[in-house]
Amino acid sequence: MKLQEYTVSKHNFEECMKCTVCTVYCPVLQVNPLYPGPKQAGPDGERLRLKDPFFFNYALKYCLNCKRCEVACPSGVGIADLIQASRIKYDRTRPKLRDRILASTDLMGSFSRPFAPVVNAVTGLGVTKTALDATLKIDHRRSFPKYSGRGFESWLRKRAEEQAAFPEQVAYYHGCYVNYNNPALGKDLVKVLNALGVGVQLLEKEKCCGIAMITNGMSETATRHAKHNVEIIRKAVAGKGLTVVTTSSSCTLTLRDEYPKLLGVDNADVRESVLMAVRYVFERLEAGATLRFKPGFHKKVAYHVPCHMERLGWGVFSERLLRMIPGVEFTLLDSACCGIAGTYGFKKENYEASQAIGAPLFEQIRSVDPEVVACDCETCKWQIEMSTGYRVENPISILAEAIEI
Amino acid sequence: MNTREFDVIILGGGITGAGTQRDCAMRGLRTLLIERSDIATGATGRNHGLLHSGARYAVNDPESAAECIRENLILRRIASHCVEETDGLFITLPEDDLAYQQTFTDACRAAGIGAEIIDPDLARRLEPSVNPALTGAVRVPDGSVDPFRLCAANMLDAKLRGGQVRLHTEVTGFIREADAIVGVHTRNRQTGACEDFFAPVVVNACGIWGQHIAALAGVGINMYPAKGALLIFAHRINRMVINRCRKPSNADILVPGDTVCVIGTTSTRIPFEECDHVAVTPEEVTLLVTEGALLAPALSSTRILRAYAGVRPLVSSDDDPTGRNISRGIVCLDHESRDGLKGFVTITGGKLMTYRLMAEIATDAVCRKLGVERACETATTPLPGSEERSYEAVARKIWEAPSMAQKAAAARMGTGVSRIRSGKRSDEALICECEEVSVGEINSAIDHLEVSTLTDLRRRTRVGMGTCQGEFCACRAAGLLARAHGCVEREREDLSDFLQERWKGNFPIGWGDTLREAEYTQWVYKHVLGL
Repeated sequence: MKLQEYTVSKHNFEECMKCTVCTVYCPVLQVNPLYPGPKQAGPDGERLRLKDPFFFNYALKYCLNCKRCEVACPSGVGIADLIQASRIKYDRTRPKLRDRILASTDLMGSFSRPFAPVVNAVTGLGVTKTALDATLKIDHRRSFPKYSGRGFESWLRKRAEEQAAFPEQVAYYHGCYVNYNNPALGKDLVKVLNALGVGVQLLEKEKCCGIAMITNGMSETATRHAKHNVEIIRKAVAGKGLTVVTTSSSCTLTLRDEYPKLLGVDNADVRESVLMAVRYVFERLEAGATLRFKPGFHKKVAYHVPCHMERLGWGVFSERLLRMIPGVEFTLLDSACCGIAGTYGFKKENYEASQAIGAPLFEQIRSVDPEVVACDCETCKWQIEMSTGYRVENPISILAEAIEI
Repeated sequence: MNTREFDVIILGGGITGAGTQRDCAMRGLRTLLIERSDIATGATGRNHGLLHSGARYAVNDPESAAECIRENLILRRIASHCVEETDGLFITLPEDDLAYQQTFTDACRAAGIGAEIIDPDLARRLEPSVNPALTGAVRVPDGSVDPFRLCAANMLDAKLRGGQVRLHTEVTGFIREADAIVGVHTRNRQTGACEDFFAPVVVNACGIWGQHIAALAGVGINMYPAKGALLIFAHRINRMVINRCRKPSNADILVPGDTVCVIGTTSTRIPFEECDHVAVTPEEVTLLVTEGALLAPALSSTRILRAYAGVRPLVSSDDDPTGRNISRGIVCLDHESRDGLKGFVTITGGKLMTYRLMAEIATDAVCRKLGVERACETATTPLPGSEERSYEAVARKIWEAPSMAQKAAAARMGTGVSRIRSGKRSDEALICECEEVSVGEINSAIDHLEVSTLTDLRRRTRVGMGTCQGEFCACRAAGLLARAHGCVEREREDLSDFLQERWKGNFPIGWGDTLREAEYTQWVYKHVLGL
């Protein structure tokens, strides 16, 4: 036995040197004095919680799970993981009806999609917003994502044969957003990948990644989803030798990191095969593949790196891809949280904080005044579009617009 | 306040002295406690913090075992804010003789200790950190106790009953009248001021240093200094106390206490002159980690926070070279009958667990000498802070939604948390982030608990006891102390001393994250703050 050769602790909480740099990077702490901050809520609080669950602090619900603390930490402490894990373990409040509704993105999607025009019109009404605010405490100032009448899954399924003809194949984890709200993004991805000679397949009945369930106290449902998703990803990866590509940074972080770290669902054998499409495309281009760009294309693009993209460390792939497009006038926005954090900003009690967190980013976007803001996260898109009026597109969509086929 | 005359003077601010002062004060005596350093600086603060069930002594020393379990049950009642009722396991490993388990359990039952043989599977479920290879387990009513808090609560109660306390004050000699001790000469070690105090009885409760005090009084006691080294790990890995079910040996008790856990101990005879300068050796560290990992394998990969050593105040009664077979029994010497010296009583031997009984015995002796007839009530009267048994109830009574720091304060102070001045937002600011100690709690300790240095403050509040070892809290707390004492210069020196003392405990285990943290602390204080 080699003693003390290395030390281990759950989520590395003992590696914390108390340097406090995480608290500087925490967007919540700057706007909400009720939040104890990542250091106290994470590694400091963990030592007390190990003594007695009584020390669990309900103010931990103010954590956005943006993971900026983890990006900042020089010691590799899983600060946000510690906070979310302790919420899963100790928070005994049952999720409210509102939180269940907000967290069930797939259920809401399959319910709303057949009536999309009606749902979109109704959720856009002032009277609906007032009613939702009064009954469910979903803030009335919030705009709701629009639903799409036709889902992405059925669109792609109809093209399965055509896609299978491509010499190379990937599987696409599209997520709830592409399927129910924005099938155009999925179609854009198919366009880009086809241009590279790659066909796109669906996974075998993917489920919502569950990130909103994790943060809304529904970890058991999230775990069921996780087990299912890892199983179907495994079939695609191990069974068919496919890479699984994605277009949502939060779904990707969940599939790769939250599953093993927060839900205890082992994905070690497939984790490295789940990639953001921007990374996949960038690596193909680096390896010699080429895309033909439209001549005379011009676009002023400001790129916002979503928090979970920062955590993945992959913002650089979107940046490099966008800069590669001839005619793109590129600005990299300062790294900052937009404040929405999935379902967080929809809640009445968080609205003010959410907008205050995003304010500097909104200000910078206005001063850059781009034609379009690029961003890999759908909830950032809703937040930025609602708060600034600027259009937001996934980098893949901008790439799709710029290429010729 | 300026009186120099008392009914009894107690020497030694360890748990025995503080307990004796409380008992004497409860019996209506005018008391003075004198301590050359701070409370709980000797063996009181340098042990496991184990609320012994007595099981460890059951086979070899049934008398001590029976004392332990009686006091164990009393402390749960009177000192609930210092005690954690964790229960304990005595585990048998494959290399141990399982037959010993029966001998052990029988002895426990004979001593009145509720020991129950449980299935190893149940033990693994109750205590997930336990060595899974165990072949047997016995559950006993062990627990953990915070000796600093216990000592401070006794001192506070004595003060509330009119007792006086002189810390950082050493006895330089005794004042005699014929064949009687009638007082002491003292010198304050911080200010150099010399004072005399008078009382018809002086109690020597100085633990291992009692030998020196007795010599000053002209009588002889032979103490048996046995060093024990311990390691503190940076977080709690176990919920229950874990012991080895075999004859007592090295490093076979792992105690969870507050936010940490402690493995110990070793036992080495040392010369009396070394009592003031005990250090932990690399061999001791290796032994503690190696043996400790047999109790709970996680210890071999858990960050170590500090190493420390204490000296057991055993009274020499035979020439056993290991010091383990000496009785932990209580020794109360009336020097009038023993040596013909009136007005002088020594209370020694014993252990943290039996401090209250020791105090009772000593106070009985004092009362006999003074002709006071009043029964001891310490076994039934809760210490200040322990009027309510659960800290959760304390916190909920005061705050609707207590913050982590408020919860932590309630856990440390019990009902005494009401002593914290409140109302100002600034009182809620955190001084110590690792242990969640607020400005209000620090100020309350300064107001009520005889604090003159940062190290004193640490013993009363846990400031600087967390993983950062003073990195962030020390300078903040120093600021509060400087304000309270109105002296910045002295506080700068105190801050240096404090950090030096923290480093002393880090040094023997200075590797990995603890070393990184110490380097960082040095960078903050030396290079940023220019200390």
